[in-house]
Formats: sequence, structure tokens, C-alpha cells
Amino acid sequence: MTATLAPHREPGSPAPASSRRLADRVFRIREFGIVAVLVVFVAVTASIQSRFLSSTNIQFILVDATIFALLALGETIVVISRNVDLSVGSVLGLSAFLTARLASNTHGLPLPLVFLAGIGIGLLCGIVNGLMVTIGRVPSLVVTLATLYIIRGADVLIVGGGQVVPSSYYPSFLTISKATVAGIPDLAIVVAVVIAGGAYWLRTYRSGRELYAIGSNPDAARLAGIPMGRRVFTAFALSGAIAGVAGVLWASRYGTVDSTAGTSYELQVVAAVVVGGVAIFGGSGSVVGAAIGALLLQTINSALYGLGVSPNWDQAIAGFLLILAIVLDRLISLRLTASLRRRSARRGA
Amino acid sequence: MEHDVDAATGGGGGWGRLRPAMRWETGLVVVVIAIAIMGSSLSPQFLTANNFFNLGLNNGEIAIMALPMALIIISGEIDLSVESTLGMSSAVLGVLWADHWPMLAIFVVVAVVGALAGAINGLLVTRVGLPSLAVTIGTLALYRGIALILLGPRTVANFPTIYTNVGIVAIPHTDLPYSIGIFIVLAVIFAIVLHATPFGRSIYAMGDNAEAAMFAGLRVKRIKTTLFIVSGVASALAGVLFTFRLNTAVQDNGTGLSLDVVAIVLLAGVSIFGGKGSIGGGFLAVLAFAGLQNALLLTNFNQEATGLVTGGLLLVSVFVPNAAMFVRSIRRAVTRMTRRMPSEPALSMPRKDT
Repeated sequence: MTATLAPHREPGSPAPASSRRLADRVFRIREFGIVAVLVVFVAVTASIQSRFLSSTNIQFILVDATIFALLALGETIVVISRNVDLSVGSVLGLSAFLTARLASNTHGLPLPLVFLAGIGIGLLCGIVNGLMVTIGRVPSLVVTLATLYIIRGADVLIVGGGQVVPSSYYPSFLTISKATVAGIPDLAIVVAVVIAGGAYWLRTYRSGRELYAIGSNPDAARLAGIPMGRRVFTAFALSGAIAGVAGVLWASRYGTVDSTAGTSYELQVVAAVVVGGVAIFGGSGSVVGAAIGALLLQTINSALYGLGVSPNWDQAIAGFLLILAIVLDRLISLRLTASLRRRSARRGA
Repeated sequence: MEHDVDAATGGGGGWGRLRPAMRWETGLVVVVIAIAIMGSSLSPQFLTANNFFNLGLNNGEIAIMALPMALIIISGEIDLSVESTLGMSSAVLGVLWADHWPMLAIFVVVAVVGALAGAINGLLVTRVGLPSLAVTIGTLALYRGIALILLGPRTVANFPTIYTNVGIVAIPHTDLPYSIGIFIVLAVIFAIVLHATPFGRSIYAMGDNAEAAMFAGLRVKRIKTTLFIVSGVASALAGVLFTFRLNTAVQDNGTGLSLDVVAIVLLAGVSIFGGKGSIGGGFLAVLAFAGLQNALLLTNFNQEATGLVTGGLLLVSVFVPNAAMFVRSIRRAVTRMTRRMPSEPALSMPRKDT
């Protein structure tokens, strides 16, 4: 259903100039909605609990949201192409444990190599997913559901009952997630740049635009000569590599890593992407929206804690807000289509 | 991708569609037999009545939830919230029992809670028009959250033995646990409804093409809502059985089961795109899933790593038919080419004449 609306929402779609301007405005409104919710939420929380806006708290939220937003970036690329990657939580877990071990004193691998290892592990998982989806022609929901199990199972076999504890790392590994510039975590700045890069790629580059085309109408995309297999494969490989990096950051942020790291994270990531206005059936949405969605969900979690709401309420409220977000999104897009239709009818007459 | 495959096999009428489904079930029978042979060679205990009892006990709730899940996926939707509906019903059961409610009244309340949970899913999907994947991810968190609110860190464990026995004692004169008995009865009912009633057949129709089904006069929205409600009630029932089996109501009862349920349904040969699958396949898939988990248990395999095998089984189950389809389409293309060869000179003949 949402897929049929997609062309109206896409930025810069090949359309007459006037409708492009309109589409641009529509696009902006969609992200504006999430930002508005975020601002209202922060304002209300801060007015009740002033410590919520303390620099330490903001830093914590930003670092947590950064890992989350990074995963949402990879997931968005996959979801735009009308696929889904449910294995990100497991990839994160595997990468977190293996790289944490490499970064511990016993191995003492230098930092860049640790990151490379994380990327490599994630990339490998992503390539396997991508090959099975494109060459094996198995729906991505099934493939990544299976690799969600398989990678977690491999993780459990490798880790056993063991865990890596913070004291075993060399110090520079733990400071990755703590260093700040003018009160803003380095990590958040780097990831913001990465996300901006991703947004630019998806918006302007041919390969990025083709992902939207594939997600919007696979049959038409194939007839238009778009190399679907290669594009979708790239999307999965990227999502895997990004989850691998997120694993390294996770280990650095939380310190203690065992075989349960990142369990059921995939659903939260999908939630962030959907709240961020990316259509679950592909063809529409932006990585910036998804990143703001991740930030919003993370802020809500922290805010509830800050407001002294019993942590027992966290999950119910998060679930309620997720549903509210998609209902609102649906209502807004319905109203927009109606107004677009009226407008084009008037112009036609 | 699905359309692609259809085109490759030439579309096909009723038969073309039925044949791969039949093959799928025979394939599953082979898999189940292979697992039985493997299990019994791994451990002499595998093929004993006692082991079968344990095997059934550990998988009864998942099996019960797999039935409505199969119908929902055939209709073209998905319900990821079942594990949380299970957890929420378990929490309601625990809280009300701790408040000294009579058990019969609790059962009614739990059934209503399950139906409501399903109705919320169904209405959001059909009336608001939201994708079921997104909705049920939301309610997955919401219903689990409600369980957490109801119980908090509490554990309710003092259920009377008449009820907890349901979870540990076999049905008299058999080696079947109660949950498997319930599953078998439900499976028969579901099979009749799905395969032999207009209601059941319409589920296939809307899974194949929801728009066409609507224009054909099927009440797509109403039927889908009904399916979600059935799923909610079945999950509530599974919640009650789960609670009695472990004799504990805690907030995290059943966490992670949704994916197991979906895995079983896909293993059963139900297409994730809807419109295909059977309850017979579901029955065999439960056997294969439970048998494999159990065989691994007997070999002292790390129990938390059984996902490795579940996932592998799931992948194999989708790859095999695709590979077969691939080979078939190549063979067809080859025969088409060889058949066209002799006719080619005939086609070029007129051109030579003119």
C-alpha cells in the first residue's frame, strides 16, 4: 500500500519541476514531524527533570543513539530496496565479542586493525546474506531470519560461557566512546558525517537512486535495465559491514561483552527505521529520517528513566509510541496523497 | 521474485500450483525420517516413549501458535507479537491467581486478553492499513511491556497441582503431553477449516492477490482480523500451558518464541509471500523441528546454540525448492531451444522465396 505512494515522496524524482518542488516539500514535512516530536519530548522532559539536559546525560544519549543510528543507516539502505535485514543484532554480537577479544591486552591489536576486523566480520555476514538473497533468490525476511539464528548460534559456540570485561582492554579502546569535542562525543560527529555521506549517496548517485527504483517497483526496475542483483547485494554487504563496525563501538561503549550482546536489537533497529519514516515495503524514506528515528527512540528510553518512570513501563511506552508513529505516518501520507491528487486534478482541468 | 518464479514455470493452473506443494510435504517426510534415524543412531534413548513425551512437552506451545501463524502467513500477513501475547497472558494469569481469583474466571479473562491483543493487531493492519510486520513489531514491545508492568520483577509460582500436572503428566493411556493433545485436535480443526471450507480457501485467495480477492467479494479485512484474533487466543492458550508447565509466571515467559514459530511455518512450506502452504506440512514441520532440537539435546550440544541448526534447517527448506525450480526452468529452456531448432529453416524459407 505504502509502495504505491512512494513516487510522490521521493526526493528529486524525475518529474516536472513544479511537482518536484512539491515532492521536496512533502519530503521535508515528513522529517519535520519526527524532529517536532523529538523537540517536544526533550522540552517536556527537561522542564520536569532539569538534569536531563546535563552535558553528561546528553553525551550518554548521543553515544547510545550513535550506535543505534549507525545500524539504522545500514537497515535503511536494505529496506529502501524492499528487503529487510534481521541479522544485524547477531552480526553486532559476533563482531562485538571477537573484536573485544582482539582489543584485549592479550592480543593487543592496534585500533585501526580492530575496526578493520569488525568491518571484515560484518562484511562477511552481509555478503552471505546478499548472495543468498540475490543468487539463491530466497526472500530476505527468510534469509536474515535464518542467519539471525545461525550467527547467534555461532557466537554462542565461540563464546561459550565466557565474557570480555572492561579491565582487559587497552585503555585507548574504551576511550573511543568517551572522547568529546566541545561536549559532543567524537563518535557522534564521525557517525553524523557517515550518515550525511550515506544520505548524499542515496540522493544523488545513480546506484543510490536505483535502490529506490528497485524498492519502488522491482518489475519496472528490471525492465529499465537496473542491475538489481548487484545493487541489492551491495545493500546487504553494506548493512553487514556497518553492523560489524557497530559491534566494535558496542564493545567500546559497554565494556562487558558476552554471547547475548545485541540480542533482539534487530527489532529495535527496524522500529527506528519505521519511526523515521522509511516505508517498510521499500522505495521511500531517507537515512537522515532513520537516524532521527533512532535518536528519538533512544531519547525516549533515557527520558523515561530520567522522569523516574519505573523501568517496568519502558517497553510498553516504546511499543505504544512505535505504533503511534506508524499510525500518524499513515494518516499524514493519506492526507498528502489526497491533496496531491486534488492538486493534479485541478491542474489537469 | 515470486512473480518471476511463476513466470518461469509458465504460470500454471490448479495443478501447477499443487504439485510443488505435494512434493514439499514428501520432502518433509524424508527429512523427518532422516532425523529419526540420525537421532536413534546418536542415542538409544531417542526413539523411546519417554523421550517423545519430553520432545512434545518442550514444543507444544510453539506448535499451537504455529497453526494460526500458518493461516496468517498464507493470507499474506505476519504476526511477530505472539511471544509477547503469550507473555502477557502468562502475566495476567499470575497476577489474578496471586489475587485469589477462581481459576475458571482467570481462564475467561486470559482468553479475552488474547482476543483483544489479536484484535488490536488485526484492526491496525486492516482498518488503518498498516503493514503487519511493523504493527506486530510494535505490539511485540507493547504486550511484553504490559507483562512487565503487571508483574514487574515478581514471580508467581504457587499454582495448584491439578493445573501444573497438565504440564508434566501425560494424557491417560498415552505418551502424549496435554499440550500436544491440544495441538493435534486444533491441527485437525485448522486443517478442515483451511482446506475444506470457503473461509479457508478464501485465505489462499487473498494471500495470492488481496485486491482480486476483494473484487471477488471476499471480506478480506474481516477475515484477516479474525485470523489475528484467533492467533491472539491461541497465544493466550499457549501462555497458560507455558505457565503451568514451568509453574511460574514471570514477565519474560516465552521471549524469542515468535521467530521459532515463524521458522516452523516457513519450514512447513508456507510461502512468506502468502497464498501457499498446508496444515499437513505444518504438522511435519513441527515434528522435524522438535526432533532436531531433541536430537541435539541428547548429544550434549550447547543448548543455546541450537539456533545454528534451526536456522540451517530453515535455509535448506527454502533453498531446495528454489534449486529445483531453477533446474526445471533451465531444462525447459533447453528443450524449448532444441524444439525451435528444426523449425528455424521453415521460418526463413519464405524470406528466401521473396
